[in-house]
Amino acid sequence: MEKLILRRVGNTGEEMLLNFGPQHPSTHGVINFLVDTDGEVMKRAVPDVGYLHRSLEKIGEITGYPGFMPYTDRIDYVAAMFANEGYAIAVEKLIKVEVPPRAQWLRAISCELCRIASHLVSTGTMATDIGASTPLVHALRERERVNDLIEALCGARLTYNYHRIGGVAFDMPAGWRDKVLAFLDHFDTMLVEFDRLLSFNSIYVKRLANVAVITKEQAVDYGLVGPNLRGSGMDWDVRRDVPYGAYPNFKFEVPVGRGSRGTVGDTFDRYYVRVLEMKQSSQIVRQALDSIPDGEFMAKVPRKIKPEAGEAFSRVESARGEMAYYVVSDGTDKAYRVRARTGSYMAMGIIEDISPGLMVADLVALIASLDVVAPEIDR
Amino acid sequence: MTVNEIHEKLKAEFGDAVGPLSEPKIDPFAVVKADRIVDVARFLKAAPGLELDHCNDLTGLDWPKRNVIEVVYHLFSYGHRHGIVLKVEADRANPVVPSVTGVWKAANWLERECYDMFGVVFAGHPDLRRVLLPDDWQGFPLRKDYQEHGGYHGITNERENPLVELRRLDEKHRAENPRPAPPPAAAAPPAPSTPPAPPAAKA
Repeated sequence: MEKLILRRVGNTGEEMLLNFGPQHPSTHGVINFLVDTDGEVMKRAVPDVGYLHRSLEKIGEITGYPGFMPYTDRIDYVAAMFANEGYAIAVEKLIKVEVPPRAQWLRAISCELCRIASHLVSTGTMATDIGASTPLVHALRERERVNDLIEALCGARLTYNYHRIGGVAFDMPAGWRDKVLAFLDHFDTMLVEFDRLLSFNSIYVKRLANVAVITKEQAVDYGLVGPNLRGSGMDWDVRRDVPYGAYPNFKFEVPVGRGSRGTVGDTFDRYYVRVLEMKQSSQIVRQALDSIPDGEFMAKVPRKIKPEAGEAFSRVESARGEMAYYVVSDGTDKAYRVRARTGSYMAMGIIEDISPGLMVADLVALIASLDVVAPEIDR
Repeated sequence: MTVNEIHEKLKAEFGDAVGPLSEPKIDPFAVVKADRIVDVARFLKAAPGLELDHCNDLTGLDWPKRNVIEVVYHLFSYGHRHGIVLKVEADRANPVVPSVTGVWKAANWLERECYDMFGVVFAGHPDLRRVLLPDDWQGFPLRKDYQEHGGYHGITNERENPLVELRRLDEKHRAENPRPAPPPAAAAPPAPSTPPAPPAAKA
């Protein structure tokens, strides 16, 4: 598809080319899908991305190592903690700094809270895309409380800039622990309510089950990561299988798509994996708050970070799946190359091959279930 | 399996086409000859005991001093939990590397991005177009010698300091609305440059 523009068709039954986006509420940001359809069933849908490209990787070569940290927030502003953490881990590998235990625990706590916030947006907006507008209000209400907690921790509600190379920016404030525990108690009951309101609603299930099935082999081959991979029945989580930070100290389950309402790897599985993950995140935060060690929250890091020449690769389990940073140093105080490989980008690659035969309305469900966030695709 | 063992297996299979493992400063890598990369990839994915089924990352690195663009492959195996980093070197003037899309479908979009940003042509790629940048964009931005070319279709990417514009508006406003002359009572004390009339003149 070279030059594609919206073509108005007179006769029904004729094929048409639709621009689905870039300004469409259910594309979760500015993405365009070029849909080849006869009106209802798609021949194919070709994603056209790049509207939010801000050349963050090039900026990473210009700012110094610590200076790039606020930019990582903008890679994925729905779950910015993970972008912070991945970059911090990669640079720590380069300069060989041990992160103090308390900082690792604080990282885990902040990340899991952020995962809850991100999955609430994902599941809530998915409900809206399907046509149920109430659950989004419930989800965003809870997300506001998470945002309040994170604001108390680091002063920002969306672009946190909380993690630092060598630790975290602030220790947790007095009384914060009790506030988090109170929220989690409330949140666990809210998840039950959310299930009753949305997850097992028969209309919702019928709308999602057996739609846009991605098999396990496909998911691995196309490089899907995170909940999208687990939704297809692959039992894999970076936090458990390639552990980093404080995660080896926590007990948690890795939810996997079981095809409980349809086929393994359908949109419902990908949705429900996220709901179950929120439950696990809540448990991880509880364990972390119980076992958080005392001590420093920031390692001794030289003021001017100047790693020796080399390259480091870091992987973290972001809310949108495994996020990989590849940082190359040439021995100066600026990175030679900063590369962020994000989950949403990998998810976009599969849409063209999954879409043939789907209804146009199912494309909305597919995008929502893959939980793509436009700035994370484009960076 | 450790990286060294994977590398030894590769050496045994492909001989000189696989370079030595770099000294493990942080993450080691091996350089592979460009024309063998697809065979190496097939072998790594299929050989029992290796099964690197996850193409984790594929990106480029520009080294103008060595006149080389490196394509970096981060490969990983879900089953065995091991991985290796491979690099392929391509000439900067005409970088052509065989595509591994046939081995991992994930490479499709990753190679498109690498082409978009570095201009590496992946031979055999089914759909090698720009991804993030517009189709008619000039140049490859992540190359080290990339120069911004002052805008796109008349949309400039430069603007002057907004303070300059503000100052100009200020001056214009002042010129159009001259300040009313201050009342004599509130007049500023006489400037020292105007000397008082000399009393001697009266006499």
